[in-house]
Amino acid sequence: MRLHEYQAKEVFADAGIPTPDATLARTVDEAVEAAGEIGYPVAIKAQVHVGGRGKAGGIKLVENDEEAREAAAEILGMDLKGYQVDKVLVEEAVDFVNELYVGVTMDRGEGQPVAMVSTRGGVNIEEVAEEDPDAIAREHIDPAFGMHEYEARKVVYEAGVDRDIAMDVASILSTLYDLWEERDGADAEINPLMVTAEDDVIAADAVFNLDGDALFRQQDLAELEDEAAEDDLEAKANEYGFDYVRLSGNVGIIGNGAGLVMTTLDLVDYYGGAPANFLDIGGGAKAERVANALDMVFSDDNVDAVVFNIFGGITRGDEVANGINQALEQFDEIPKQVIVRLAGTNAEEGMEILNTDLVQVEATLEDAVQAAVEAAAEVEQ
Amino acid sequence: MSVLVDDDTRVVVQGITGGEGKFHTEQMIEYGTNVVAGAVPGRGGQEVAGVPVYDTVAGAAREEDADAAVVFVPPAFAGDALFEALDAPLDLVVAITEGIPTQDMSRVYRQLQDTDTHLVGPNCPGVITPGEAKLGILPGNIFEAGNVGLVSRSGTLTYQVVDNLTERGLGQSTAIGIGGDPIIGTDFIDALELFEDDPDTDAIVMCGEIGGEDEEEAAAYIDEHVDTPVVGFIAGRTAPPGKRMGHAGAIVSSSGTGTAESKINALESAGVPVGDTPNEVADHVEDLF
Repeated sequence: MRLHEYQAKEVFADAGIPTPDATLARTVDEAVEAAGEIGYPVAIKAQVHVGGRGKAGGIKLVENDEEAREAAAEILGMDLKGYQVDKVLVEEAVDFVNELYVGVTMDRGEGQPVAMVSTRGGVNIEEVAEEDPDAIAREHIDPAFGMHEYEARKVVYEAGVDRDIAMDVASILSTLYDLWEERDGADAEINPLMVTAEDDVIAADAVFNLDGDALFRQQDLAELEDEAAEDDLEAKANEYGFDYVRLSGNVGIIGNGAGLVMTTLDLVDYYGGAPANFLDIGGGAKAERVANALDMVFSDDNVDAVVFNIFGGITRGDEVANGINQALEQFDEIPKQVIVRLAGTNAEEGMEILNTDLVQVEATLEDAVQAAVEAAAEVEQ
Repeated sequence: MSVLVDDDTRVVVQGITGGEGKFHTEQMIEYGTNVVAGAVPGRGGQEVAGVPVYDTVAGAAREEDADAAVVFVPPAFAGDALFEALDAPLDLVVAITEGIPTQDMSRVYRQLQDTDTHLVGPNCPGVITPGEAKLGILPGNIFEAGNVGLVSRSGTLTYQVVDNLTERGLGQSTAIGIGGDPIIGTDFIDALELFEDDPDTDAIVMCGEIGGEDEEEAAAYIDEHVDTPVVGFIAGRTAPPGKRMGHAGAIVSSSGTGTAESKINALESAGVPVGDTPNEVADHVEDLF
């Protein structure tokens, strides 16, 4: 789960990390008023979950009321890479001489947290990591102890941070690590951490993503969730609680288990079709969930045919078959052809339950996928 | 013969009183697994599925001589349950639970380095040695005893591949579902090492998926250390970058690492044939014999 910049900055500021003076605004008037109070120059920054906001025109630096009004009017309501902007952060523009990067994340390969510092802040750190990995100093942290103070100092000095500010940066990194640990962070980042001519360090941007599996013990942060879905279908998927990813093809795919659903997508491609989506109904799905899944895929106008592939372990074939029947019996005419393949737990019972007037049944994964690809191709013609 | 589990494995089920724990305990017993105890705090002295329940894993291990655990404990308490299992101590811990907070798993993983216990999972279907024992939720009826070792990150994909193998009479020595989480106990390399040392495993099937670099590392390991022939499969060729495909670990990063192509290339360079379909995996295995 992602926090917006303004939310992450509040969390960081509460923990004692210096952040610029800032106010959230939802209208042009609010933005201009906030800018006047903060004092020019200010930055007006779109609050959406999109990387590279600056390049996309979502951040503007303004010098007076007139410019503030113009910039706020432009940014509020704009479409930023598919997301509509409905609030901006109006923030004191920091006069900096240097930009650093400070971050904490989980190194999945090592199974250990890692703290990172670089003197090449202000740009996409993934690009820095690729071009010049040595420009980022890294320190793995033993999760049993948390970050020792010396580890914070070590990574800061290793990164080549200026001696005059090194201890301040180390202190910020320590605080960031503690936050990351206590608040179940997935990624915590300050990029850039700005250094002023007076040797002050200040968090000019803030990223805090939470581990979605730990939200049960971070209720106050979980309530801040403000995730605008990219489209109506993804919103619907969130509502139903499905793992769903939309693609651009015309063969709808429903299955159980991430690996098998991915494999079904790959087979659609292998047999010359194009997958329209990834939809995992999960383990142990009951009839209603199955019906919801069909409703999802039917709502996608791109879909011309659907392959429903279930290999039951904890999911039972008879439950799935009942769900498919229920979902399809409510239609006078089935909107898209559905090809079903059931295997595993109670698959035989399921096959008997399935109403073959409504669906086409295939015995193997390969046959089911090929039938769906052919059916979709026929509709397309 | 087999790896990790067999007829002699004595199993304690953590979370045996929950719905899933009870159901799958019954299934495991029906399959022939030697389930000797359950462990649930505060429920000691009860009986579930004919099995005595203890308050602690240590108690179950001591009184019933348990040497393996299967964990069905809900995610909020699973980290603690895994520490308890590692402390008992046991030879094998199979964690079925999905959705354990990553930082909890990071601490468990750290503790694991100081023990001799094999941890399989979390977020996995379990381990099965066909005809002997299953620890987890795999549907036993699709497996058949044989000499193909199987290791996979995905549950249902495992079933699919096993089905293709069994259909052709290619039985399995042991199948290990290592789980789809970013931090797991047993990884591909650990499983490959076990199978390589098992005299009754004559071929290995390895099913990977997009995300991370485990498959690439496994390919390098195969090249150096594995003489047993390996056949591969990689799910997620059509996955778009930046999107999580169900599993927490199944994501092609925006900068283009963790792709199916990179994993397939790595395996093929290590001399591992990679099937385009699960059925083709069975073709490749058949060719070996």
